[in-house]
Amino acid sequence: MKKKKLRVNLLTYGIVTAAFIVMQSLAVTGSLSSLMKGLLVPICVYIVLAVSLNLVVGISGELSLGHAGFMCVGAFSGAFFSKCMQDTITSGGLRLFLAMLVGALVAAFFGLIIGIPVLRLRGDYLAIVTLAFGEIIKNVINVIYIGVDGDGFHFSMKDQFSLGMAPDGKVLINGAQGITGTPKDATFLAGFILILVTLFIVLNLIDSRDGRAIMAIRDSRIAAESIGINVTRYKLMCFTISAALAGAAGTLYAHNLATLTASKFNFNTSILVLVFVVLGGMGNILGSVIAATVLTVLPEMLRFLNNYRMLIYSIILIAMMIYNWSPQVLEWRERHFGRLLRRDRKEAE
Amino acid sequence: MSSMLEVNNLGISFGGLRAVNEFSMTVEKGELYGLIGPNGAGKTTVFNLLTGVYRPDTGKVVLDGKDITGMRTAAVSRAGIARTFQNIRLFGKMPVLDNVKAGLHNHYGYSTPAGILRLPSYRKQEKRMDEKAMELLKVFDLEKDAEKTAGGLPYGKQRRLEIARALATEPKLLLLDEPAAGMNPKETQELMDMIRFVRKEFDMTILLIEHDMRLVSGICERLTVLNFGEILAQGSTQEVLTHPEVITAYLGE
Repeated sequence: MKKKKLRVNLLTYGIVTAAFIVMQSLAVTGSLSSLMKGLLVPICVYIVLAVSLNLVVGISGELSLGHAGFMCVGAFSGAFFSKCMQDTITSGGLRLFLAMLVGALVAAFFGLIIGIPVLRLRGDYLAIVTLAFGEIIKNVINVIYIGVDGDGFHFSMKDQFSLGMAPDGKVLINGAQGITGTPKDATFLAGFILILVTLFIVLNLIDSRDGRAIMAIRDSRIAAESIGINVTRYKLMCFTISAALAGAAGTLYAHNLATLTASKFNFNTSILVLVFVVLGGMGNILGSVIAATVLTVLPEMLRFLNNYRMLIYSIILIAMMIYNWSPQVLEWRERHFGRLLRRDRKEAE
Repeated sequence: MSSMLEVNNLGISFGGLRAVNEFSMTVEKGELYGLIGPNGAGKTTVFNLLTGVYRPDTGKVVLDGKDITGMRTAAVSRAGIARTFQNIRLFGKMPVLDNVKAGLHNHYGYSTPAGILRLPSYRKQEKRMDEKAMELLKVFDLEKDAEKTAGGLPYGKQRRLEIARALATEPKLLLLDEPAAGMNPKETQELMDMIRFVRKEFDMTILLIEHDMRLVSGICERLTVLNFGEILAQGSTQEVLTHPEVITAYLGE
């Protein structure tokens, strides 16, 4: 079991690294279409989002529908930081790194304060309330105006003019129009590093004392309490780490866009990430990575289908669902491709 | 010598129903004590009151001289009570070994960053946990199943694993909720031997709920009989089992 787990983890790192090297060399030699080039950073963003949501949904077993909210907080706080520091820090890489830290910390803070009341709920109720919080975050950020002039920062939740700035003032966050002109620091390399860091944190957390406690709570809350595990603490830990990673992904996303608006982080985004997690397999980290990649690229590849695009996309989703979950198909897969699995089992015995 | 467990005048109501009323008992150190009674008598409710799943309306619970009344379940566990469940509650998707290691949670620790960064304290403590957990699995003849998923084990092994997990928390008092439920006579006999063995090997005080009269009369020294949430009889096994009221209420004539 130990050996198998290690091998699966190494396989995950290996696949991600190999994919990065292939794509990067294709990009450098110019054999990548501009469409694919434009997708590289979003793929990284969605992989990190899917892996971090899998920590909550698959490992701790709680359904959260507000993941886009944490991504939103991270995106705005990170982009805000970069805009403020644009002239102070000139190195794009360093600026992005610090912005991600800021985004992750702010999102973690929101994860914590939302988690404290919300994690008392279970199942459907938790799902609904996280959905509500995701929307609240989006709508609040939608009406925030922040500007800066000689006197310092100005803040308003009404409109741009009530900021009361000196004529030389600069609007940083402009309500529904969001943040424009964030330095475009996001690179494929930065995305790749963020994925590796995320995988490192999530995979190591799962295979530790804390991960065991989190999974024990998932399997039986009552039994976990009966052996002295503090349920609230571990649920909160899981939720906060997940929010922080989503925040870092949001920051990366923001640094890839000329204009960042809060309306992008709506319910659909949360559901999209949840689809990655479900199709990749609950608790299966490598599955999340693959599903996020395929399902981000697929809609773009299907563009030639015009009106039928979303129809075909849905059919492919259903086919993937059947391939991953149907007992008959699983049996068929075991019969034809089971050699690898069987070898594992022999080793375990 | 003070008692291991002293329960005084414990009571709880659910709505209009008085589920447990004026429940008192004393379990001495090293004793094997039985709690019996017909279905719905409130036996499991007593366990839930002792372990903090429910908070009592009245009464007091003292474990080894420490008042644990109204503590939360996790705190009760840390104070020294471990339990098993009537309908087995394992961590079904986790390996057998990890079930026991989860039980070791509060005795072997390292910080979260140490776990994520794989610092030396992680390796050292994980190794100690592996050793300790394997030791426990060996005692319960489960070491060959260490890598298997707990939910896939046969019934008897699941029961044993649950006891192993409970003992991993290094309790002072072990509560067993109908350990022989669903077992055939041969398995029940093996279970009795195992309970005796656990008591001796771990120097454990055990309080068990049971339906199976053979098991109760075979290993318990003292009994409390519950009926409709109230104590019907209390005393040595021989006394209680010949008590006329117990015979009418529980054993049938």
